[in-house]
Amino acid sequence: MPILNTLDDQVAASGAVGQFPDRMEERHASFMGMWAFLATEMLFFGALFTAYAVYRIHYGEAFTQTSKVLSVFWGAANTAILLVSSLTVAHAVRASRLKRKAECGLWLGTSALLGLLFLGIKIMEWATDAREGHLPWGSLGFNPPGLHPEAERIFLNLYFIMTGIHGLHLFIGIGLLVSLAVRMRRNRLSDAPELPVEIAGLYWHFVDIVWIFLYPLFYLAGR
Amino acid sequence: MIAENPTKDYLHAGHSVSSWLGTTDHKRIALLYLFSITGFFFLAAAAALAIRIELLTPEGDFVSAETYNRLFTIHGVIMIWFFLIPSIPTVLGNFLLPLMLGAKDLAFPRLNLASWYIFLIGGLFTLAALIAGGVDTGWTFYPPYSTHFAESAVVLTATGIFIAGFSSIITGLNFIVTIHTLRAPGLTWFRLPLFVWTLYATSLILALATPVLAILLLLVAVERIGGMGIFNPLQGGDPLLFQHLFWFYSHPAVYIMILPSMGVVSETITCFARKRLFGYKSTAFASLAIAGYGFLVWGHHMFTAGQSAYSSLIFSALSFLVAIPSAIKVFNWTATLYKGSISLDTPMLYALGFIGLFTIGGLTGLFLAALGLDVHIHDTYFVVAHFHYIMVGGAVMGYMGGIHFWWPKISGRRYNESMGRFTAIITFVGFNLTFFPQFLAGYLGMPRRYWQYDPSFQAYQFMSTLGATVLGLGYLFPLVYLGWSFFRGPRAGANPWEAAGLEWQTPSPPPKHNFSGTPVVNEEAYAYPEYPG
Amino acid sequence: MTEGMGKIMDFVATPLGAILPPVISRHAASVDLFFGFMVALSAVLVLGIAGCILYFLIKFRRGSDADRSRPKHSSVVLEAAWILIPLLIMTVIFLWGARLYLGMFGKPAGVETIYVTGKQWMWKIRHTQGAGEINALHVPLGKPVRLVLSSDDVIHSFFLPALRLKRDAVPGRFTSFWFKADREGEFPFFCAQFCGVDHSGMTGKLTVMLPEDYAAWLRGENPGGSLAQAGEKAFGKYGCGACHGNPEAVRAPPLEGLFGSQVPLQDGGSVLADESYLRESIYFPAKKIVAGYAPVMPTFAGVISEEEAMSLIAYIRSMGGPSPSPSENAAPGESP
Repeated sequence: MPILNTLDDQVAASGAVGQFPDRMEERHASFMGMWAFLATEMLFFGALFTAYAVYRIHYGEAFTQTSKVLSVFWGAANTAILLVSSLTVAHAVRASRLKRKAECGLWLGTSALLGLLFLGIKIMEWATDAREGHLPWGSLGFNPPGLHPEAERIFLNLYFIMTGIHGLHLFIGIGLLVSLAVRMRRNRLSDAPELPVEIAGLYWHFVDIVWIFLYPLFYLAGR
Repeated sequence: MIAENPTKDYLHAGHSVSSWLGTTDHKRIALLYLFSITGFFFLAAAAALAIRIELLTPEGDFVSAETYNRLFTIHGVIMIWFFLIPSIPTVLGNFLLPLMLGAKDLAFPRLNLASWYIFLIGGLFTLAALIAGGVDTGWTFYPPYSTHFAESAVVLTATGIFIAGFSSIITGLNFIVTIHTLRAPGLTWFRLPLFVWTLYATSLILALATPVLAILLLLVAVERIGGMGIFNPLQGGDPLLFQHLFWFYSHPAVYIMILPSMGVVSETITCFARKRLFGYKSTAFASLAIAGYGFLVWGHHMFTAGQSAYSSLIFSALSFLVAIPSAIKVFNWTATLYKGSISLDTPMLYALGFIGLFTIGGLTGLFLAALGLDVHIHDTYFVVAHFHYIMVGGAVMGYMGGIHFWWPKISGRRYNESMGRFTAIITFVGFNLTFFPQFLAGYLGMPRRYWQYDPSFQAYQFMSTLGATVLGLGYLFPLVYLGWSFFRGPRAGANPWEAAGLEWQTPSPPPKHNFSGTPVVNEEAYAYPEYPG
Repeated sequence: MTEGMGKIMDFVATPLGAILPPVISRHAASVDLFFGFMVALSAVLVLGIAGCILYFLIKFRRGSDADRSRPKHSSVVLEAAWILIPLLIMTVIFLWGARLYLGMFGKPAGVETIYVTGKQWMWKIRHTQGAGEINALHVPLGKPVRLVLSSDDVIHSFFLPALRLKRDAVPGRFTSFWFKADREGEFPFFCAQFCGVDHSGMTGKLTVMLPEDYAAWLRGENPGGSLAQAGEKAFGKYGCGACHGNPEAVRAPPLEGLFGSQVPLQDGGSVLADESYLRESIYFPAKKIVAGYAPVMPTFAGVISEEEAMSLIAYIRSMGGPSPSPSENAAPGESP
């Protein structure tokens, strides 16, 4: 057996990647890490969905009728935008697997733009709510839309908090996609770009799925 | 052959500040955590000292009521989130997990470093809160008091804990992936040291429970700043919803604090009885069971809170079930001693102390799980005594035992064994003197979080404070002799305890990349030579 | 009977007085018995395990010549035993504890209701006959008393060690428990849920008096009218009669005969018209709509104080209705 003087020699000789025995193991571990992280995100949003469920059962109709304040049109538009963005991300993943870096970068950029469009619409919706006095915050002149201000207040509270946190997650996702696209363009990614793209893709799809639950619970509840 | 090459061990591979603060070596990160949590420990212990001095007399004559409320809050907040929850996982776990698995590092070393910085930032926010006057809601932050009545640094503290929570989540994720993917060839799940099993179970809780706390702290902050009213009954909110969500995290959190200590005990008992663990598989499964079941019992903190009798019945029944895996472990450890060859070194003394104190703590948990009894003792000193038996008598003793056991591996030095044994004993004695009287004060009717109290309770409080001075020595002494030994202690060999386990198959302190080759495992855990008849 | 119980309780309490609070009810004595059982069980287990460990430490200390041949590393029989036996013991403890607990709920026949409101940092007590007290609670000896708790601000907890009972006083709802004190005397009560600066000062005194003395005390304390009479005034003040007393103008459910009845709801379910339901209807009428009525009742949150709400409830109660049947949790005559 050859005498390898340093550990680094041994590492280099074995084809190991850092602490992993090989690339496949590293890939396996990265995926596991992202899935485990998404599990934690499910608990994160899960607590909020629990609060929603509790108050919905508590208040019944007064709670769900408040959803009429929100615009189904814009909510549906946003849902469509996010679904399309998941499609474009899937294309980006495919392109990365085929090592077509330029194409991948374009798909990533498109997805990020769609995400920004979503956020833009969201902010516009919130501004409308602010104008109409639907912000349930202490000093902001809350104008209850119906007869049961406390139920409406809680509904709107949850709406802003949950869509706000979702928006924050989306914003982080946009940042991830943009940074990946930029690095790909500058050829800074290794010759195995599909790993970070797939991992970011997983995150993006998760954020999309959260919205798929938020949309009916808030926009369609009272209809 | 194990090559001794002191210039290449992890402690000496690089001397600059940036080589420490920018390290991705899990061993150095473990030391960074050790340094940080020790600082937090003594800060929270100082608060405890002040509390105990106040409680010497029934009148509130040492500090004001305002200050007292802030003292017990900061004691709880720092001890739980900035000492206990990180303690074993981030110090011993970070250091030992790759070594025990035969790996070069964790799965995500840079994330590991990030988690330490996130922890520090969280700590800084909490310290800022302390400087801003502290917070007075109790570590449990119940609304409406915390959201609409407390005039203290609630949001700052909540932010600090929120940030530190991400450190927990990242550590948990890192450990889970590492244990799945970086085991050495031949190291199957059922050959893993039990410390790894408990780290795995702990990591599941770290990853899955902490997000709920994070959201809750966010909601409290939003409610406090924006007056949003999710928990405010005047605005249609439900204060009990907070309690449900809070305890959904905080009960599993106590298993975060105890499971790793149980793992340490399994390691030390086997080493100092020179015997394989009795009931390896059941102990491993018990760890998973504790983690899983721990998520189902949160309502036992709310038997008198106004939840329905049906809820209480279900939670009480489940709470009894969760005691069974812990009992299994205690019996397995005891059975391991049978036909062993036992020597009472310091880590063994800590392990034995753990078993005794954890058993008492766990049994008093049964008192609290019993509905009719809980109605009387809930929110009294009985509860305070119960959880200190588990947290301090259990978790901290396990931590100290682990520090002593792996000290030679971490520092490459040996500490003074007589000092170690002496300290273990006075810790055990001081602990009982401090906390046993509190059971009695609690049943007699003394409520928790009382700055002043009825004179009928004084005898117990007085005894408790006297005990605390002895207990305090039990923590001060190791600071001195362990610290001294780090620089001047006699050098340790690779395996001074002749223990089983991959971590002992590499020099002390280990080289930066842990092993000089990839170890291959082909025997069961704790393969101690059996003594023939 | 009471005297005999008193003597037994005295006997038990005195030597253990440093550890046990005074025992002033059958429930308290039952709790102490249960506690004693748990202590004994724990002592046996702790001493057993400790003894075992000490024995092993000595017999199998390093260098001893004990027989260490054929050590075992698992044993199905042993492991099954130490799972099943604790499981059995746990079941016993659970059932015993549950039985003690369920007795706290419900409403036995002939119970006297007293309202207790926690407020930073005092306890305000209102007897339905009109007497009010602060940080003091007078109750009759040997009669079931039900406390209805609420809070004006944050969560408090009303704790009476001598009765071995406590319950949180939560703002926004009523909680309740009942007891029967079997011994005269004065006993402390405490706030047991951290509620702010003067949490530890929020204490008071329970006084158990002979029924005749209690009646006399009530008469003496009467400020001018029972709680129901105060409720009648509030009823007029807030114009409740405009809807509830005026069936031609506005359709609102009638209040006569309401208290204690089952109310059918719009969603098909039904609810018992007890204090909690009435309180909720005053503050959050939207939560439960009576079947056949429109959801037009305005909310009085922030308008009607907790005390006024209690008096309104007492007034509505005085309008008659079936007494709510004693809950299945407390058999008649059974001590709480």
